[in-house]
Amino acid sequence: MVERCEETDDMAFRSDLKYSDVTPKADYLNRRQIMAAAGGAALGAIAGPALAASPYDTDLAPNTLEDITSYNNFYEFGTSKSDPARYAGALTTDPWSVRIDGLVERPGTYDLADLLKGMDIEERIYRFRCVEAWSMVVPWNGFQLSQLLEKVGVQSGAKYVYFETLVRPEEMPGQKRRLLDWPYREGLRLDEAMNPLTLIATGLYGEVLPNQNGAPLRLVVPWKYGFKSIKSIVRISLTDKQPPTTWNMQNPREYGFYSNVNPQVDHPRWSQATERRIGGGLFSRRQETLMFNGYGEWVADLYKGMDLAKYF
Amino acid sequence: MSPAQHINAALRRLPAWLFYLVAVLPPAWLFWQAVSGGLGADPVKGLELRIGKLGLQVLVASLAITPLRRFTGVSLIRFRRAISLIGFAYIFLHLLVWLLLDVQIASQIWADILKRPYITIGMGAFVLMLPLAATSNGLSLRRLGAARWRALHRLTYPALALAGVHYVMVGKVWRPEALAWLAGVLLLLAFRLPLAKWRARFAPGAS
Repeated sequence: MVERCEETDDMAFRSDLKYSDVTPKADYLNRRQIMAAAGGAALGAIAGPALAASPYDTDLAPNTLEDITSYNNFYEFGTSKSDPARYAGALTTDPWSVRIDGLVERPGTYDLADLLKGMDIEERIYRFRCVEAWSMVVPWNGFQLSQLLEKVGVQSGAKYVYFETLVRPEEMPGQKRRLLDWPYREGLRLDEAMNPLTLIATGLYGEVLPNQNGAPLRLVVPWKYGFKSIKSIVRISLTDKQPPTTWNMQNPREYGFYSNVNPQVDHPRWSQATERRIGGGLFSRRQETLMFNGYGEWVADLYKGMDLAKYF
Repeated sequence: MSPAQHINAALRRLPAWLFYLVAVLPPAWLFWQAVSGGLGADPVKGLELRIGKLGLQVLVASLAITPLRRFTGVSLIRFRRAISLIGFAYIFLHLLVWLLLDVQIASQIWADILKRPYITIGMGAFVLMLPLAATSNGLSLRRLGAARWRALHRLTYPALALAGVHYVMVGKVWRPEALAWLAGVLLLLAFRLPLAKWRARFAPGAS
């Protein structure tokens, strides 16, 4: 069922990704300030429908691009937070293809440009909470995973979505060691995957996603710990069984399949009740961690009746 | 004179206070880096990890002094107290950063010490070092007597073993670097095992 992967047309790839094709970058980056100054009346004139602020956006100020691109967990490039920024530049993200298989109507190996065709790319300013008890605020650009799943057609028996990261040790030095059981694997329940919050990010701050943040496309699930948001995806598979996930395979006592942000369920080695917001400097105060990272309004229903201490 | 004797002669000219003076520089530099953005987006973790690792490295160095003398004849014994106290001071700073800048909340600190094995172990290592630091002076040595003082200071061995285990457990995965430091500690401790035959074979001058 695997189709031949075609060469990526660079121009098509860029026109699908880049906001600057639609809106000058300066306008784009200042959109919020302009909106705040001009008030609601001018909103339609300044921001087209694709650029309207998402109802899912947080009001918190985003972290700087420097913070977001220099402090990453991406073990494919090494275990240090600075390794991804140091080594990810060597990663070839073009050409790129994603194998979509399992219980789908239109399986195949999709060239990135074909995959992105017709996807509505929006900006989403999300809180990002790492399982290590730090957090950031990230202005992603991307499309809803649900839109992609609708495009490829989900068969009725599908219950889970499974993802894999690229394995390419010659460009990903961390993979030369068995730090984790490569490839990195993640999974969501289908209803979690279809939730409008669940995003496939292709950009950051209106620019193409930097490699260290999971280029060319990564998952973003803002109510779960960051490691669920798998990077540099090369495979998406629809399954009827709960798929294996990397950190759960590595240490099932510490990392569950769900891994919802939950201040009441501690990691065995540290508390999850509070978090340190990156960017506050050496003397910043810790902050309370919110249930579902503050996204309970949209996702709490998914877990109704479940014992979240058991299904952590 | 043998090379070792040359080195020893040169070392004799070094005053121990010089070690204390130089030892102030790394934490001062790290603190400045943390404040000025040189440690990256999360200066709290950066400072905490770096100063802790530095402390472990200095303490491992202090543990290497006796084997170094046995195998090479180079003697740093005169500086062992200074090196050990400097290592302890770094570990104390590591603890302070964790308490005051990282965890911050008193109830959570206590809960972490009791509930989290790697913190329990790290605190255990620190507590074992306290009587050692407190008796690392001439007066204590005279009061306790050499035999009892030496017996007390064997606490160094379990303390450093625990510190090595703590460093390995901090990671989410088995980090080769942390495992290497733990292996180093265990190797240096193995030299202390009372294996007479084995000692005789490696001792300088043995046939």
